[in-house]
Amino acid sequence: MKRRSFWSWVWIVLGSLYFILPLYSTFDFSLREKKGVLSFLSYKNVFIDPNFWDTIGFSLEIAIFTIIVSILLVVPTVYWIRLRLPQLRGILEFISMLPFVIPAIVLVFGMIRVFSGAPFFLTDTYFGTYALLVAGYVVLALPYVFRAVDTGLAAIDVVSLTQAAQSLGANFGTILIRLIFPNLKVAILSSAFLTLATVVGEYTIASFLVGIKAFGPYMSLIGQNKTYESSSLAIISFMFTWSFMGLIQLLSRGKAASTSLAGAR
Amino acid sequence: MLNNQVSKQTTKRDARSARPVPFPWRNWIGVIPFFIFVFLFILLPSITLLTGAFRDNAGKLTLSNFVGLLDPSIINAYWVTIKISLASAVGGGVLGFLMAYAVTIGKLPTSVRNTLMTFSGVASNFAGVPLAFAFIATLGRTGLVTVLLKNILGLNLYDQGFSLYSFWGLTLTYMYFQFPLMVLVITSALDGLKNEWSEAAENLGAGKSLYWRKVALPILMPSILGSMILLFGNAFGAYATAYSLTGGFINLITIVIGSQIKGDVLYNPGLGYALAVGMIIVMAAMMAIYYSLRRRSERWLRL
Amino acid sequence: MDFLSLTNLSKTFGAATAVEDFNLDVEKGEFVSLLGPSGCGKTTTLRMIAGFELPSTGKITVDGEDITNQPPNQRNVGMVFQSYALFPNLTIGQNIGFGLEVRKMPKPDIQKRTLEMLELVHLEKHINKYPYQLSGGQQQRIALARALAISPRVLLLDEPLSALDAKIRVELRLEIRRIQQTMAITTIYVTHDQEEALSLSDRVVVMSQGHIEQIGAPTDIYNDPSTEFVAQFVGQLNMIPVTEVDLRKGTCILAGQRVKFEPSPNQIISSEPRLAIRPEELHLGTGEGRNALQGRVESVQFLGSVVRLRVHVDSAIFSADLFNERRITLPRAGDEVVISFPEQSCWLI
Repeated sequence: MKRRSFWSWVWIVLGSLYFILPLYSTFDFSLREKKGVLSFLSYKNVFIDPNFWDTIGFSLEIAIFTIIVSILLVVPTVYWIRLRLPQLRGILEFISMLPFVIPAIVLVFGMIRVFSGAPFFLTDTYFGTYALLVAGYVVLALPYVFRAVDTGLAAIDVVSLTQAAQSLGANFGTILIRLIFPNLKVAILSSAFLTLATVVGEYTIASFLVGIKAFGPYMSLIGQNKTYESSSLAIISFMFTWSFMGLIQLLSRGKAASTSLAGAR
Repeated sequence: MLNNQVSKQTTKRDARSARPVPFPWRNWIGVIPFFIFVFLFILLPSITLLTGAFRDNAGKLTLSNFVGLLDPSIINAYWVTIKISLASAVGGGVLGFLMAYAVTIGKLPTSVRNTLMTFSGVASNFAGVPLAFAFIATLGRTGLVTVLLKNILGLNLYDQGFSLYSFWGLTLTYMYFQFPLMVLVITSALDGLKNEWSEAAENLGAGKSLYWRKVALPILMPSILGSMILLFGNAFGAYATAYSLTGGFINLITIVIGSQIKGDVLYNPGLGYALAVGMIIVMAAMMAIYYSLRRRSERWLRL
Repeated sequence: MDFLSLTNLSKTFGAATAVEDFNLDVEKGEFVSLLGPSGCGKTTTLRMIAGFELPSTGKITVDGEDITNQPPNQRNVGMVFQSYALFPNLTIGQNIGFGLEVRKMPKPDIQKRTLEMLELVHLEKHINKYPYQLSGGQQQRIALARALAISPRVLLLDEPLSALDAKIRVELRLEIRRIQQTMAITTIYVTHDQEEALSLSDRVVVMSQGHIEQIGAPTDIYNDPSTEFVAQFVGQLNMIPVTEVDLRKGTCILAGQRVKFEPSPNQIISSEPRLAIRPEELHLGTGEGRNALQGRVESVQFLGSVVRLRVHVDSAIFSADLFNERRITLPRAGDEVVISFPEQSCWLI
């Protein structure tokens, strides 16, 4: 008994070191911009850079659109399939796993090939490019949004709830807005935060579609020019991820584990 | 798998038509937007890459693009990608498994478990550019750990042939998001290991090691292998971390595809398509194995 | 000489006492049930015999050998779990052979023993299947065969039937008893189901809150409960407050009417004396030499073989069970009826 818990602690400490050491090193490094003293100069430099705010604002906007689109796309579909077309559930599950099979780099490659030319010409306009970016992120978010919504709907008896509401005179719009969405609050919020956490710093798709307008490519650019600022950016970005994931934990108390799997980036 | 689904679906629909359904087509309305989206942004890009891979610059059918994959530098890229993915999957898998073991069967306090799960949720999503920065600050030439090792142990990693920008460096960096992912996916399997199994084994005269050899590990094996395959795929498709860490100077498949998109070097769209298709095939194979393993372990652990 | 002896056994978890001063001697080949509500300590007692819990005090001996502190894997007692606990990665045959393999028995002997055991539970044709391919009842039979394969000195069963359907439960109950008797194996059976305990056992140990309430043959437990807890826990029981108890004459006043009962030798009168009587002892109508009470039917519940009446006698409520007959005429709610019972069927608490 004693020995077993000794080894357990060894693995936990080892893993924690792996987790903390890079963060500590980065933080330490980010404080050394001024020779000989520890200072928050590199953070100040990041915060006074207007590009920092522009890119992070841009990425946040894209993330919010991604969240809205994926919720509007996934929730009614999963609901409808549970209600009317249960035979399609297998296919839906299969589709939701496709983003694991198609890595981001391949996805963006294919999207550029399809939409940059005839008949779409999406990349010719800002709006089209942004829409394409959002679409790409919706695809990336699909696995966990689907899983969150699906487990959320599994917890309520969709068919009886719908029939009860219908017998009370509600139409499908009312049912979705008054019944389904409120019941999925936790699922929707936790997938929203996960989307924020993954999309805001996303590099692969953003760099090919919009370049340094987005936060990920901006960070990359800073990394090539400014050593200390890149460390403070890493810390800031880590804080971002941390706070979003913390919010998910708070929302779903450990249940998030099964839903927080994103694909390769 | 898809075929199977389709046939199941037709039989079900036949059974359904026995009941009066006034407008069967209306059943499909609710899912049309989603399937249009899937068609446009998942299927169409994939199909374009797939058909492109079989055409030459003039648009004629050809297999030459796949012959191009046999180029030594491409084969090397596949090989390096596989090596790094495998190493980081096994390394991250083992560490993640041991940590998950510690908080489940190892009987550490629940507070440790909760903390670990939260940390894993964060760390498994901490990839890409900032992760690369963090490892440069840690194991780069002037990174904290590099310097500490030199000053305290007199061990100069970079003299020993280590470089953050090559195989081992990238593997260690990938492991940062690999082991937390392993923790997240393997914990439920470890939870599924019933106490009664170990008691039953003991009751029948088996010691702890025999129980692990004959019962626990065989039960967990599909989950462990399946999870490691998931990790493998996770590393195989990674681009952002590798690109920001090495600036594109490492020969990985994703990096090669990236440069094909940009049209940097030796621009050959057909080859790019073939590379992408090769990648999808590898990932699809991984996912197929993952699912078949998962089905088996679910069957066992649900008992 | 008793085969299995539990002496002054107790078990505490932190501040909580799970089992307290438990004494039980079991003869070779005897079938003893531990019966009680959940949390009464019956499972803890069983797990101490198996070795999964170490007793805080006391001693356990099997066939004269002290096994109190022996590790579970050296005790040679077979255990059947509530959740079957079959190893999902092994076939049925491998599951049954597991304990024999551990004992390094030669392969052909294992094969032979496994087949014997499968025959015993009538599942020969499933030898190469996996547990998930069998039904719950079949899985539990395999678990029983696995526990018996090692020829254990004692067989322990921890609520083996409670995860099963009602019908299979009864079927398997008979099977367990049959196998236990053919193998003449000393058996401890834990259950919260009184019907199981009464129908299976040679003796029943009724437990509550970590201690023994009564040990006895099923008929003793049911007909002569020695404590109020046993009387209430085993079977249904009417408990009607009475006044003016006269122990010498064996009379008391119940709802304004004089009732006779049979006082036991050392009877004392409690501060709130009550008359206890089982519902099946009550009859409709009067009879010679019987206590008779006038009452009004409150409800009639038809349960198939039995009809359960609730009858108001003044402020007291009686539950009365009648056997159904095909041409029975049942009273209806609101009817005035007379219920009667012989004096030896009731007792004072």
